[in-house]
Parts: sequence; C-alpha cells; structure tokens
Amino acid sequence: MNRRPEARGGARTRLRGMVRKEFLQILRDPSSIAIAFVMPVVLLFLFGYGVSLDAKDVPLALVADHPDTNTSGLLRAFEHSDYFTPYHYADIQTAMQALRTQQVDGIVWLREDFSRRLLSSADAPIGVIVNGVNANQARITEGYIQGAWQSWLEHYAAAQGRELEAPVMVEPRVWFNAALYSRHFLVPGLIAVIMTLIGALLTSLVIAREWERGTMEALMVTPIRIREILLGKLIPYFILGMGGMLLTVVLARWQFEVPLRGSFLLLLLASALFMLVALGMGLLISIVSKNQFVAGQIAIIVTFLPAFILSGFIFDIGSMPAPVQFITHLVPARYFVSIVQTLFLAGDIWPVLLPNAGALALMAAVFFALVRRRASKRLD
Amino acid sequence: MGAPGADAPALSLAGVTRSFRVGGRTITALDRVDLKIPAARVTGLIGPDGAGKTTLMRLAAGLLRPDSGAIRALGIDVVADPLEAQSALGYMPQRFGLYEDLSVQENLDFYADLQGLPEAQRPPRYEQLLHMTGLGPFTRRLAGRLSGGMKQKLGLACTLVNPPRLLLLDEPTVGVDPVSRRELWQIVYRLVREERMSVLLSTAYLDEAERCDEVVLLHKGALLGQGRPDAFSAPMQGRTWRVAAEGAGKRRLQQRLGALPGVIDALIDGEAVRVVMAQPAAQPPAVLQAAGAGVPVEAVPPRFEDAFIARLKSAREAGRAVEATHARPPAATGADTVIEVRDVYRRFGDFVAVKGVSFAVRRGEIFGLLGANGAGKSTTFRMLCGLLPSSAGKLTVAGHDLRHAAAKARGRLGYMAQRFSLYANLTVAENLRFFASSYGLDGAARAERIRWALETFELAPYADGNSGDLPLGFKQRLAFAAALMHEPDILFLDEPTSGVDPLARREFWERTNALAESGVTVLVTTHFMDEANYCDRLVIMAEGEVLAFGTPAEMKQRFRTPGNPHPTMEDAFIGLIEARAMRHEPAA
Repeated sequence: MNRRPEARGGARTRLRGMVRKEFLQILRDPSSIAIAFVMPVVLLFLFGYGVSLDAKDVPLALVADHPDTNTSGLLRAFEHSDYFTPYHYADIQTAMQALRTQQVDGIVWLREDFSRRLLSSADAPIGVIVNGVNANQARITEGYIQGAWQSWLEHYAAAQGRELEAPVMVEPRVWFNAALYSRHFLVPGLIAVIMTLIGALLTSLVIAREWERGTMEALMVTPIRIREILLGKLIPYFILGMGGMLLTVVLARWQFEVPLRGSFLLLLLASALFMLVALGMGLLISIVSKNQFVAGQIAIIVTFLPAFILSGFIFDIGSMPAPVQFITHLVPARYFVSIVQTLFLAGDIWPVLLPNAGALALMAAVFFALVRRRASKRLD
Repeated sequence: MGAPGADAPALSLAGVTRSFRVGGRTITALDRVDLKIPAARVTGLIGPDGAGKTTLMRLAAGLLRPDSGAIRALGIDVVADPLEAQSALGYMPQRFGLYEDLSVQENLDFYADLQGLPEAQRPPRYEQLLHMTGLGPFTRRLAGRLSGGMKQKLGLACTLVNPPRLLLLDEPTVGVDPVSRRELWQIVYRLVREERMSVLLSTAYLDEAERCDEVVLLHKGALLGQGRPDAFSAPMQGRTWRVAAEGAGKRRLQQRLGALPGVIDALIDGEAVRVVMAQPAAQPPAVLQAAGAGVPVEAVPPRFEDAFIARLKSAREAGRAVEATHARPPAATGADTVIEVRDVYRRFGDFVAVKGVSFAVRRGEIFGLLGANGAGKSTTFRMLCGLLPSSAGKLTVAGHDLRHAAAKARGRLGYMAQRFSLYANLTVAENLRFFASSYGLDGAARAERIRWALETFELAPYADGNSGDLPLGFKQRLAFAAALMHEPDILFLDEPTSGVDPLARREFWERTNALAESGVTVLVTTHFMDEANYCDRLVIMAEGEVLAFGTPAEMKQRFRTPGNPHPTMEDAFIGLIEARAMRHEPAA
C-alpha cells in the first residue's frame, strides 16, 4: 500500500540502470580511460619493445697484448657475434678506463702468452672482466663470452685436425622458447598485470569516488539491493578487463609474434577466473577504504605491485629467498601468470593448468564471501 | 486513502539514541529522541552544526541503525525492514547525490531505473519535474556544469522521480544563493499541497524555521522542543525592540546595548539594533532609551531566532565584554586606501572565475564580499592573499603590488581560511605557537601573544587538548586567534561563520567589530545575507562579476518599494540577481 508504483522486473531494471550508468561514466572520465585503455597499451609497448632481458650488442673491449694471427682469429669471432659490439684497445689500462667510464660493459684480454699456450696445449686461457653492477646482465655477458671462446677453440682444434680435449662438453637445448626471447614470456605475463589494473585498481577507485562525492549515500536510499550494487559494479569492469585481455592477446600474437600454443578457449576461461579474483580484491578494498587516495594506494601495494614483482612475470620465483617464495603463494597473479605462460609457450599442459586454476577458484570464492559479508546498505 | 489514517504520523521516533566512536571517545549524536512528524506538512529540523540533524535523517532513511529505540516511517519499521522503507521514501543527502559526469537526463533515467518507475509513466513525470525545477532547457547538460542552485534542484528532481510519500531533505539550502533557495521552498510547498507529500527538511538557517508548518528544534543531540514556529516565539512577545542607529554608529551602539543589564541579545538588523530583553514590558525599557540617547525605540514582533537564542543564552552569563584588540594600535601611516582591486580577471582553463572585478577598501573598515557558492569570492580572496596569481588586472594590498611583493604584503595581513585550517592533531597551545613562529615571533614576545590569545578567546581550559576535538565554535576562535598572532593591520576572513551556531556567530562579530574599531581593516566573505549588515561597505558578487558596490543601506535603498519599506539584504540580493538575469537573457 505504501510502496510507490514499481515496474515489473524491478531488479532487472535497476541492474540495467547501474550498468548503463557505469559505462557512461567510464567513457566520460579521463582517468578511467587512462587506466582501462591507455595504461595497458603503454605497458604492452614498453614490455614488448622497450624492456628486454636479453644481452644484445653488448659493448665489449678487446685487448690483445701481442697481436698475431691467432689472436685476430679469436677477436674476429667476437666481432661477428650478434651479441657484441667490439671496440679494440691497445692495452689493458685504457680498456679498464673504458670499463670504468661505462663505455664498455666487458673486456676480453688476450695476454702475451696466448699464442704460445694455444700451440702447446690448445687450451689458451683468456682474461675476462665484466661490469657486475647489473648482475643479471653480467652473468649473461659472461656466458656469451664463454660460448664464443669455446666455439672458437673447437673450430681451431678442428682446423688443426685434433679433438678438443675438454672433460665435459655441455650441449644446451632450450625448450618452448628456443630463441630465448624474453618478450615471449613478458608479453603474455602482462595480461595478469593489466587485468589486475582494471579489476582491482580501477574498480576500487570508482567505488571510493562514489563515497567521496556522496552519490553512494543517495544510491543506498533507493530500493536497490546490495547485491545489485555489487553486480552493477562487477559486470562493467568484468567486460572491461576481458577487453584488456583480448587486446593483449591480439597484440601479443600479431604485433609481437608470440606463439599461442595452447587453446584459446582455455585462455579465455582462465582469464575470466582471474578477472573474478581481481574484482573481488577491488570490491573488498573499496569496502575497507572510502577514499580514492587510500583505495588507490592499497590497490597498488596489495594487488598491482605483487602482480608485477611476485608473480613470476619478470622475476623468477624459483630464485627468490624461501620466505618470499612463500609469500608469492598469496599472490593470485602468480597462478595466473603460470597459466598464461604455459598456454602461450607450451600448450595445454593439464598438470600445470589444473592446480593453478584451482587456486584461483578458491581465491575468488574467498574474496566474494568476504565482500558479501562486509558489504551492507548501511553507513555504519 | 492509504491504510494508515490521515492523522498517523509520517515518521515517528521513540527513544532513539545513537552514538559514534571517534578516536577514543564516544560521541552521542542523538540522545533519547522522541518525535512525530505529521503527514502532508513541511516540518523543519532546526539546529546548529553538530546538533545531530544528519544522523537523524540517516536513521530515518535506514542508513544507520539506532543503538536503541524504534523508528517508523509511513507505518514501516525502518530498523527491521530498511529496504521496504526505502522503496517508499525519498532522501536527498547534503551533497545531492548527483553524478556530475552524467547529463541531467541521464541522472533522471538512472534514478527512474533505481526507483523502479514504469517506463510508461516516465515521460509525463519527467516533463512535470523539469517544468517544476526549470531544468527543461538543460536536459543534455552534464550535471557537473550546472550552477549550485540548479544542481540542488536536479538532486531534488532525482529524489522525486518516483514520487515518495515521505521526503527527507538534509540541509538542501546550505550554500545555495537566495534566489534558488526561494525556488526550492516553492517546490517543497507545491509537493505538500499537490501531492500531499510529507516533508522533513533540516537546516541551520534559523530564519527558515518560519517557513515551516512545524519545527523540531535539536541541540547537541537532544530535542529542545517541537511545535508551530509561532509557538516558539510567542513567549518572546513584548521582549523584542528595535533601536534605530545612524550609519556606522550601529556597531558601537550594538556593543553598548549588548552590555546593558537585562539584555539577552543585541544584534545588528538592517540599519538598527535589535534587542531581546530578559523580561517582557509594555513600554520601551528605560535602559534602552537611555543608551539610545534620544533615538527612537520601537517594539518589533519576535522571531524564531530570538526564541532560540533566549533558550540557549539564558544559561550563559549575558553582557560579557569581549575585547580582542591589539596590544599596539595599527600604524596609521600611508594612504587611506589599504586594498585596491582593479579590473581583475582569473581564468581556470576555459572557465572564468573572476571577471573584471574592481573595488577599494579603506583603512579601518569592515568590507564584505557577498555571494552564493561559486560566485568567485574565494578566488578573489586567494588572489588578494597572494596565494593565486591574477590572469589580468592590478591588486594592491597595503601599498604592495601583489605581482611583485606578495611576501611583503602577506607579512602585514592575517588570514583565516575557510573551514579553519588548523593542525587537528596538535594541541591548542601548539597551534598558537606554530602560527606565532611562522610569523617570526619568538621568545618573550611569542609567549606574551600566546597568553593573550588563550585569555582573550577563552581558550585557556582547552590549551592542552587536541584542536581537532574542539567544538566547531572553538575551532573558529582558535583559527581567529592564530590569524591575529602577529597583530596584522589587515585581516582576511574567508567564510568565518559558515556552519557555526548562532551564538558563536554573535561572539565572532563582537570580536571583529572591536578589531575594526581599533583601526584594523577587515575583509570578510560570507553567504549569510544578514551578516552583510555588519559591513561598512560591501560588494555583491555573482558568477564572477560584481553586481553592486556600496554601503548596506545604499543597496537596500534601491529595492525599497511602498509594499516593502524595510527591504532586507536578501531582498536586495534577489533583486540584483533578477536584474542581472534580465540583462543577460532579454525576453525571448
């Protein structure tokens, strides 16, 4: 009797109103567009083109104390390598100076006795100095120098008609990413970062903004149910997040030529699952914090940075200290990165996919249970 | 008609208590409140800031749960079934609840969806609401681009899309210009008359009480009374008098009258001082005639505000002299014009906040900048303080051109920012010490000024308390004291009385008057029209332009008609705004 006239299917009308309003706001708000569309593209191009964990064209100083045919033969091997950009120095002092001033990242030093020892034992040691400031880069450079030297020695031995007398020869074979392009595992991993950005950061920001501007209070006094408010926020950002994921897949496949060896359907399902986890985190943050600044800080520290650093997206989890490795188990992106990298580079490897997907499903359930319990249509 | 009888209250509260924990303390926002809001009437919920008005509104809307007590709205138990109540009532929070990046039409559509108004009923309802609010021509405009008054009307329209039987409006008239305020009241009356809606409207403006059918008076979480507005002012019959004053003498006259025995309240009212006596009398009291020195004293009808002040002030000692003068009088050197503003513009991107403003302020006068929110008052102020450069034009303060010597000019002036910028987690004494040091005071001079401030502003009992925990009126005193630490010759006060209760407002003006009498130049912004009467001269601003410049008497004089021989500042303001609208939009 007291109720106002109400349309049939009130719940559907209310939900439709919420979703439509949310899309209009996303399209009109520059900061939403920046997070949902601009940031993903910037990240993709940054990681696709800018960031490379490979050593390429490393500036290398070459010093031969006693130049002769043998030394120039070895030095030519460095010159022909793709990995190095060689510079010749007359003596070790000037080469060291160049290393100090960062004109070169490493020195290959052939001492006076190089040819004599080569002739006598066919095992001529070379001096290698590498700039260790960037430990990762130094290790890779060192490996490449080693490789170039080894293969030259083999050639030399073959030319002399002798077998190289080395105790063990390592013959490396790399699977799944034979060329060892870091881009091939970085770009798929970005999907996790981008979806976290939209699901957790953007969602928590827009809800906090409703609190800040006082619109949430007006919203709550309408007949809308709390689950409709939550769904009204979930649906638009779910669609937006999946859009970001598709964009990444398209760019990865055709712009950066990353192979997609697994099934696309599985990728879609796994992404949907991860999107739910990210949205669950976003909603939970917005319930805890009703202020955009705080919500943004929490989202970045609790979701975005871990997705970046602790997910295995860039840094190998296996080489982290044990306590940090333990923490990575709490980072949802870790499971998803593992799924995406597997699907892209290896294929439908069920023993990898299933446990990771299970972990994600569990996390989604936990977050939504918490959201449902904490969310209420009250201000207290 | 409906199931609950016509006499059943639209809203009832029984023994409602609600407290909040802030920091480590418990604040009781509402204390055992019992009240019944009648159906199909406008009820005003009146009380100063912090009285518990918003808490009451939120409880009635089912947004908060009471600690104890029962709340029924339209016969529905709000505590047990808030959703049911929310589908029957409408509530407009203080900030309207508009989506600023949606257009007027999109906001209406959104709320129509949420309130479940059937599609078929939408077009006629929209038309009706747009007509009522005058928003018809602006349906495609983003809500964020509307003026303050239009936003408020749109907020109201959104609440009304699916007509509620009970309408709760939380301070809908705060910071809105008088023209929009008047229009809002017309809409509210119409809703009650034509749709038989029950309206509960909260306000801190005491003059709005008289516009309500019924008034609920709330103070510090307790119900002080409920009844028709004239029932409150009836006991004041024969206690209110008007003592005429000539020109600038009115401030001194007010001071003198306020100190007399038996006087509860003395307030500048237009070109006279309005006095409230403790006892009723048939003839003008002799003390008033003596103090007025021959000027006429006439009886005036009591107002709601008189009753309010009398109730609150009887508990406190009356006629206390408050002196806030400087230790040394301001240097009376240099030219007579202390502040000069000539053709000043300020742009923010495409938006022009201040358009060609000019005025000059003389030494020792109280000069007012009057206007609604968004009129450009604060922007003008910040430029005068050297906090914001002007886009064009010349600003001079105490002989210093602000473009070249903003720092020098700042040393001569005291500034009290809007909402009292204090360090909430420092104590009162620490705040004073900080502000004194920031103006270069130290050692004995600083200690002396702090002692002076604590004493003059009666802050000594609070010296070691956190300033964030002070009541608003005390925060205002502290901010005022902080602005006076270095004994400035010029005082800038930005919305000093906004949100402060009527008693604190009176005290504030007593202090400001005393400072002006001692030769300090005071520049003050306000959106309270009646406070304009304290100013010697003022400018009225609207949308970045100066509409009028002169003394309050001159401004009111222009709107004097046979039907309205004593126009108020509000009448003058509305007249000026309407004249401007005519100029800008000639009849189509």
